[in-house]
Amino acid sequence: MSDTHRAIEAVWRIESARLIAGLARIVRDVGLAEELAQDALVAALEQWPESGVPDKPGAWLMGTAKHRAIDLFRRNKRLARKCEELAHALETQQEMDVLDVDAIDDHIGDDLLRLVFTACHPVLSTEARVALTLRLLGGLTIEEIARAFLVSEPTVAQRIVRAKRTLAAARVPFEVPSGAELDARLSSVLEVIYLIFNEGYAATAGDDWVRPALCEDALRLGRILAELVPQEPEVHGLVALMEIQASRLRARVGPSGEPILLLDQDRARWDQLLIRRGLVALERAEELGGVLGPHALQAAIAACHARARTPEETDWERIAALYDALAQLAPSPVVELNRAVALAMAFGPAAGLELVDALTSEPSLKAYHLLPSVRGDLLAKLGRFGEARAEFERAASLTRNGRERTLLLERAATCSREAAPPQPG
Amino acid sequence: MRFMVIVKANKDSEAGVLPSQELLTEMGKFNEELVKAGVLLAAEGLQPSSKGARVKFSGGQRTVIDGPFAETKELIAGFWLWQVRSKEEAIEWAKRIPNPTGDEGEIEIRQVFEADDFGPNLTPELREQEQRLRAQAPMQQ
Repeated sequence: MSDTHRAIEAVWRIESARLIAGLARIVRDVGLAEELAQDALVAALEQWPESGVPDKPGAWLMGTAKHRAIDLFRRNKRLARKCEELAHALETQQEMDVLDVDAIDDHIGDDLLRLVFTACHPVLSTEARVALTLRLLGGLTIEEIARAFLVSEPTVAQRIVRAKRTLAAARVPFEVPSGAELDARLSSVLEVIYLIFNEGYAATAGDDWVRPALCEDALRLGRILAELVPQEPEVHGLVALMEIQASRLRARVGPSGEPILLLDQDRARWDQLLIRRGLVALERAEELGGVLGPHALQAAIAACHARARTPEETDWERIAALYDALAQLAPSPVVELNRAVALAMAFGPAAGLELVDALTSEPSLKAYHLLPSVRGDLLAKLGRFGEARAEFERAASLTRNGRERTLLLERAATCSREAAPPQPG
Repeated sequence: MRFMVIVKANKDSEAGVLPSQELLTEMGKFNEELVKAGVLLAAEGLQPSSKGARVKFSGGQRTVIDGPFAETKELIAGFWLWQVRSKEEAIEWAKRIPNPTGDEGEIEIRQVFEADDFGPNLTPELREQEQRLRAQAPMQQ
């Protein structure tokens, strides 16, 4: 790839979301807007290697895309009416063309926000939302998305084509939802971003335990969103959560690629810059007032760990209280299990075991290896080694991770030795 | 990936001349753009080298030399830390750094090491050793 091609790719990364968002406001169709932006990109790829990269590449791309739009509408008679609307819209913009970049900037925040809500619209499947968000807002290529999610390029391309068709068929308006709808729609956006982050943070497929580039993409999307809707505490909560979790990326993978659990991590390897950014984002969420949402609560829990210089300094009582709040806001057996661990750390293993015992009848946790693993740990701490061994063995049979299985079987073996200590003499 | 984007010093920055209102405004706008794009991680401006010092190492000896330092062009006046997807993206952003006075200047773009960058040369043993070293020298984080 030539230098110019790489430069164009970089310009695309920076400009594409603004370009597509601005075009979508004019043509009122995200799919068409993306195609027009793509046309402009193709034109750049043809012309820039000869002419050089223009001084204001964003304005160049926007101007080119607008001309393509006019050409397209003039040729396509079926869209004659739309053409009139568009011509009118473009004419009224003509005088601003000199200040094109500023003109885009005036609306760009609103347009980007409309694009975010459209890409994460509930009419789309989760997979489609993820692909469309990375494509339209993250500026990722089909190839990059395919690599990140370990699927083929045609699959991703198909997903995006179908998503755009679905949006058009459902006549999804290019707008920011208002009133009661806003909260639900915003949750959907946050969910998509956190999903992308988690796919990078705890890769569910493939050989890598983490894919940091995907975490960075999600963080970037989160930071962008935080500037678009600075008045929304949960957005800052999500950013805080991701910043603090990302601060541990270097520490949570061992020398041969094995996962290292939070309390065993070398805290000197935690990224203090990201921790500081996370704590600041959490403060922003808290300063906005109101009850903390689920992301902000999880960020507050992550912050407790981040503030502790050693595992022993961890404020488990506060973590237990935060899990309690989280359990009330977003009840789930997994949250309960985490709360049990925090209770055990704060008030002793017996306090945690009581809650864990109550969870053993929970159907959704039947195949969840962490339940017997946690129960085994608490039983061992209480000296009930025989029961603990059985739990570790059960956990080992449930986990799909080979490294984890080895670890659990080792613990089971230790319990066996403790349960039947060698005879003296 | 992260890049440190280094602003080289010039006569004015070394003389402690404060940036003009115009530059401050333009720079404020630019930084806002970086924040809105989710790119800016950190940024600092540095005081002139006259307020700094150097510690020279030679064998077991340590010699302290107070600023200012003569070779202005080699000094730095500030830096950004950016998170971007490629060096080219960092370059594209750097080209947009405002320079309202039209003065000559220079920006240096340097990629920050990530653990993976050492690749296969960093054997598990070496990696472990490096982790231990880092643990002992948190300043290097």
